[in-house]
Amino acid sequence: MRSGFRRYLFRRVGFALLLIFAVSSASLLLARLAPSDDVFAVDRVILAAERHRLGLDKPLLEQYLDWLGRTLRFDFGESLRFRRPVAELIRERAGRTALLGFSALALATLVGIPLGVFTGSRPSGLLTSTVRLASIVVLSMPSLVTSLVLLLLAARTGWFPAGGLPTISDGTGTLHSIFIVGRYLFLPALALALPMAAALERLQSRAIRESLTEPCIVAALARGVPRQRVIWRHAFRLGLKTVLAIYGIMIGTALGGSFVVEIVMAWRGLGDLMYQALQSRDLYLVAGCAAAGSCGLAFGILLSDVALAAIDPRVEDVV
Amino acid sequence: MISWTARAGLVGLSIVVIVTAAAHFIAPHDPARQFPDLAFAPPMLPRVLDDAGHLHRPFIYPIRLVDRLEHRFVEDRSARVTLEWLTSGRLVTTPEGSSPWLLLGADALGRDVFARMLRGAQMSLGVSVVAAALALTLGALLGALAGFVGGKWDAALMRLADFVVVLPIIYVVIVLRATMPLVLSASQVFWTMTVVLGVAGWPFPARGVRAVIALERKKEYAEAAHAMGAGWFRILLRHLLPAAQGFLAVQATLLLPMFILAEATLSYVGFGFAEPTPSWGVMLHEAAEAGVLSEAPWLLAPAAGIVISVLCLQLVSGGSTPVGQRDGVTP
Repeated sequence: MRSGFRRYLFRRVGFALLLIFAVSSASLLLARLAPSDDVFAVDRVILAAERHRLGLDKPLLEQYLDWLGRTLRFDFGESLRFRRPVAELIRERAGRTALLGFSALALATLVGIPLGVFTGSRPSGLLTSTVRLASIVVLSMPSLVTSLVLLLLAARTGWFPAGGLPTISDGTGTLHSIFIVGRYLFLPALALALPMAAALERLQSRAIRESLTEPCIVAALARGVPRQRVIWRHAFRLGLKTVLAIYGIMIGTALGGSFVVEIVMAWRGLGDLMYQALQSRDLYLVAGCAAAGSCGLAFGILLSDVALAAIDPRVEDVV
Repeated sequence: MISWTARAGLVGLSIVVIVTAAAHFIAPHDPARQFPDLAFAPPMLPRVLDDAGHLHRPFIYPIRLVDRLEHRFVEDRSARVTLEWLTSGRLVTTPEGSSPWLLLGADALGRDVFARMLRGAQMSLGVSVVAAALALTLGALLGALAGFVGGKWDAALMRLADFVVVLPIIYVVIVLRATMPLVLSASQVFWTMTVVLGVAGWPFPARGVRAVIALERKKEYAEAAHAMGAGWFRILLRHLLPAAQGFLAVQATLLLPMFILAEATLSYVGFGFAEPTPSWGVMLHEAAEAGVLSEAPWLLAPAAGIVISVLCLQLVSGGSTPVGQRDGVTP
């Protein structure tokens, strides 16, 4: 491993760890600032005892240090609302958000990238302008709008179940349960994927258009290398840097978008849990969700940073 | 040179702004007024030809409830209600006592969806515009200071900005919002949301402004101003910040869609405006309430409002994707 790469990796990992730490701390402190918490009891004595048990009666700094110490040992405390360990709740929900996010990302990639290469390599023509127009319109449709419209279509046509995910009984076979999950997953994933696919299409299109003017590509075309081969093998690689750089951010977009999609489509994931936690001032759960979400985010950014450095060693010196 | 798409976006944007500003005048009815017999009434199109094929001044056929349970309506073809122009302070409306004109139908309480959508535009776009102005001001000032002062303050501010920028903005906004009391009056909600969005949005312009200022302050004209005895504040405000004008204008077109969406999302999940204040998010929330959506798709009209405003802004900004902006301004 080159020493430049190692140093670069070190810094990026440091950034990722700092991100997770800062986000979960900030959300705990901010949630603590909220005017009330979610401990309900009729009797004042019981209330005080319960608050003492959960550590809510301590001063802010002490409570924070307490939480920090326990978090470092992977004990995220107990949810005030669900009366269950936060770690357990998050484990249940994070899987669903990851499933939703990755399927949406995969769907967006599968649709957006080829379309972008197509429109980028053919700057004029009816099909190109149709795709361009469509993606500008879709780009203006945030996930909130797409999920509502898809829900409407689902309710009208009945082709796909409108939201939620039923518990799958133990008796069903693996293939059948994958089919069920896929059916329920399709609409939320589509709602989340559409704006991302449009963004990827626009980006890839510009990257291809720009790299087609590079001297090396012009030279390759002049030498008589088949155009399709030049586009897919050489121009695509040249533009890969711009596109890959966006993937780290895409994870963030997917997380933010999944917040809306999960709530609208009743997909019980991390975003939905965070929402419930914030609504009921459930501070340990808020911090836990923020920690889990920022882990995903930091991991995504790290992955795209490493991929960037792998295809273009120059970034090590810049960042 | 402005491309024709950007020009189309500007025209669209001006229309949106004018219609929003003149909502009281353009809406045929009061957005809060309820027509109890017309809950979930379908949209009513204006006509100029009657059944017999005769030409009339624009009119509507009134509708009548036939089945309250199924929300079934029939058009009453026997009577025409002629639309009246420029009466009682409205552009167009129907005479008091006759059937109201519901261009986009009615909601669950029999209120005019079109009128509520226009009033909602004032709320949603109003919050977004004021918040964008706040974020740009904050971002320009902090970014300029960081670029001008340099050193420790610069590093600290920019690291903070780097952190906030990679986070999904909706989470930043919602966590900030959750620190405040849940139940607030409509005007309190307006200012709370403005501040929250402004605070969440400042790092986006700040990073770019800092880059511009750090570059400009080393140029001769800045040194010349300094040599002539101009104070640092004057140099910053009068000589350096104007260099970031173009950048700030682009940032405005990128921040606004983000904020429009954030407002809609916040109100949708119940952290923003609340009934009876109409905002696009509030209206979408009502539309999504179980079961009504497939029967009354016209309740999704505010979604069209969001799409149109964001689309115009996108056209003006020239296709910089909201995702791409973070990448584009790395100093």
